[in-house]
Amino acid sequence: MAVTDDILEKSIDPTVHQMLARARELGLETVWDRYEKMLPECGFGELGVCCRNCNMGPCRISPFEDQGPQRGICGATADIIVARNLIRMIAGGAAAHSDHGRDLAHTLLLTAEGKGGGYEIKDEAKLATLAKEYGIATENRTKEEIALDLAKAVYAEFGRQEGFVQFTRRAPAKRVAQWQKMGIDPRGIDREIVEIMHRTHIGVDNDPVNLILQGLKASIADGWGGSMIATEISDVLFGTPTPVRSVANLGVLKADEVNIVAHGHEPVLSEMILAAAADPELVAKAKSLGAKGINVVGMCCTGNEIIMRHGIPLAGNFLQQELAVITGAVEAMIVDVQCIMPSLGSLCECFHTRFISTSYKAKFPGAIHIQFNEEKALDIAKQIVKVAVENYPRRVQDKVCIPDEKTECMVGFSTEAVIKALGGTLDPLLEAIKSGAVRGIAGVVGCNNPKIKHDHGHVALVRELIKNNVLVVTTGCNAIACAKVGLMLPEAAADAGEGLRGVCQALGVPPVLHMGSCVDISRILATCAAVANALGVDISDLPVAGAAPEWMSEKAVSIGAYVVSSGIFTVLGTVPPVLGGPVVTDVLTRGAEDVVGAVFAVETDPVKGAALMIAHIDKKRAALGI
Amino acid sequence: MTQPKEIFVLTDRCVGCRTCTIACAVAHSTSKTLFGAVAETPRPKSRIYVEWAAPAHKVPMVCRHCEDAPCMHACISGAIRRTDDGVVITDTDKCIGCWTCVMVCPYGMIGRDLERHKAYRCDRCPDRDIPACVAACPTGALVYQTVPAYAADVRRHASGEMVKGKGS
Repeated sequence: MAVTDDILEKSIDPTVHQMLARARELGLETVWDRYEKMLPECGFGELGVCCRNCNMGPCRISPFEDQGPQRGICGATADIIVARNLIRMIAGGAAAHSDHGRDLAHTLLLTAEGKGGGYEIKDEAKLATLAKEYGIATENRTKEEIALDLAKAVYAEFGRQEGFVQFTRRAPAKRVAQWQKMGIDPRGIDREIVEIMHRTHIGVDNDPVNLILQGLKASIADGWGGSMIATEISDVLFGTPTPVRSVANLGVLKADEVNIVAHGHEPVLSEMILAAAADPELVAKAKSLGAKGINVVGMCCTGNEIIMRHGIPLAGNFLQQELAVITGAVEAMIVDVQCIMPSLGSLCECFHTRFISTSYKAKFPGAIHIQFNEEKALDIAKQIVKVAVENYPRRVQDKVCIPDEKTECMVGFSTEAVIKALGGTLDPLLEAIKSGAVRGIAGVVGCNNPKIKHDHGHVALVRELIKNNVLVVTTGCNAIACAKVGLMLPEAAADAGEGLRGVCQALGVPPVLHMGSCVDISRILATCAAVANALGVDISDLPVAGAAPEWMSEKAVSIGAYVVSSGIFTVLGTVPPVLGGPVVTDVLTRGAEDVVGAVFAVETDPVKGAALMIAHIDKKRAALGI
Repeated sequence: MTQPKEIFVLTDRCVGCRTCTIACAVAHSTSKTLFGAVAETPRPKSRIYVEWAAPAHKVPMVCRHCEDAPCMHACISGAIRRTDDGVVITDTDKCIGCWTCVMVCPYGMIGRDLERHKAYRCDRCPDRDIPACVAACPTGALVYQTVPAYAADVRRHASGEMVKGKGS
């Protein structure tokens, strides 16, 4: 296996180098090969100036004057088309996160009704907190009775027509007032997403700024609605994360056990897969077939969900999903929804790996479909794990190639866990920020994207931030990248600036705090709101900044929009498809300051991106007089 | 004498995406990047055009750099000449903007730069090994090849077609 220079250029992760060389040796195609075949990518698409919203077109606006059409057939300018396309991306992202939240609400409802096939209410304290927020009586009531009312209340948020989404009121009063003033306080979750689809239909909303405002409104319904519901209800059902140690990277796959990769997003499935994998009969079956046990590992955000609640090892992030299969040691790749590459089907056919889809919403070529059903959750999970176990004898030893690398990490810093680590109050953190020991806080999140050297965007930006005493909170694929390079160990404080190092050493925490999966960016929002409320200021006044160094998904567009809408300056590491619309570009990078008190910046160099964030943090510190 | 390469068009391959026009404009910009080019003033211009030959064909049209180039003969100010590589170019310093070249070009390949008051046209990307339009085409509709090599490809294909159906 030859690790060539071009392979070294694709990632900073040695497991990726090894597995890409292996892929070449076996003649297998990966996401990087497909990316290269796609080049050059369509310039109209890159600029966001193509429109397929009606069948007079497709239309595309020429970015060069006198060289082709300057208006679509309906008369839409480049800015109208760019704005429509951008907010349709927000609609897609907000829909994905929120449908995830809806599934959790559904599971809570079934569990409360006694129909949950194996689920239980694990965090009663959080249940009580949420019930209080919703005005649900708790005295002399069973947890099931309270949970039933709570499930119905959060379920109602999705179809709400008027009023507001309850969790948005966690934001500082000033922020909520600003949203109301700008007309972007969401009335419900689904309504704002549907309204985007209406407004972007041919001949409806043709004002780029008005379109973007609706995009922000739907994104707030995601961050402070659908995503926050997903996080909170997951905590009620599966427990609020507390710091736990585990390991991350492809080296977590085991040569002598049944390897199950749980990939996708919703803990509703993965929690039951874990329970099923611990079933004594299935473990005995695995042993009878020559395996030493059943090894469940996580991939992508499913991995984040189960590592932070159970310390289950994490196999990798988005761009490593195909590589896990190429190890030849995976008996089953079990998936639910989101960020699952359809290439896995044909790739799994080159190995003994069973590719098992479980959601009626997400079917894939080459997959075996075993429909998951919350009412019979444990039974179905056992059936799925059984397929994996029975597949173990089909593993071809000559094809097995598992990288050695895996890195220890400390994960599971929910907002509650952060406060506990601080000794029960935010005060020590506030003092550290005031003294300058902690210069500010950065939320670094988002995907992988083959346009950026894998994990380099994430790790280089985070290293630069902690070196400059900025505490990093992270979720999603950034969190996994940081875990793999050891930034999530308390010892990583040695790489931090003097002030941050001291704070981390005093508290025994890493300089980069794992807050969970991509819906758990809601935890970052809640933490920012708590800090702002404690200081009596708006979130936009805080020395905080956000970044998505390797983003690619529509969910990331919605995230970026709700983070900026929450008043947090955000740096994007890949260029969004908006530069064909000069007005839209100006609104996002300048004009939004007057609307929500924050803007986007685009910087593909992660070190320069960190510098932009630090400059912003310093500006906010100066304004606060600290 | 080595055979110079020409840009040939496989008319059945073009899907009309106009990626070639973007790549051309970017290659003739100052920044040489798409995101930089769209911010430049004056806007860089494409020298390749995609025409619709109704009803079914989309055809990329690019300067043929004719051996007996009508534009070169017609240019009253001597601005159009052929380089050692066989490429017909317009020297913008000499161009007086009389548009005679536009009148005589049978393909309509000359453009008018309103900011500079000059004619502009394909220069075959002198700084690149493969012209930008050819490199960018996602469907392989543009081929950069010598006449003998391209003709040989056509002959091979045509010979196969001729014997098809005749049995062995």
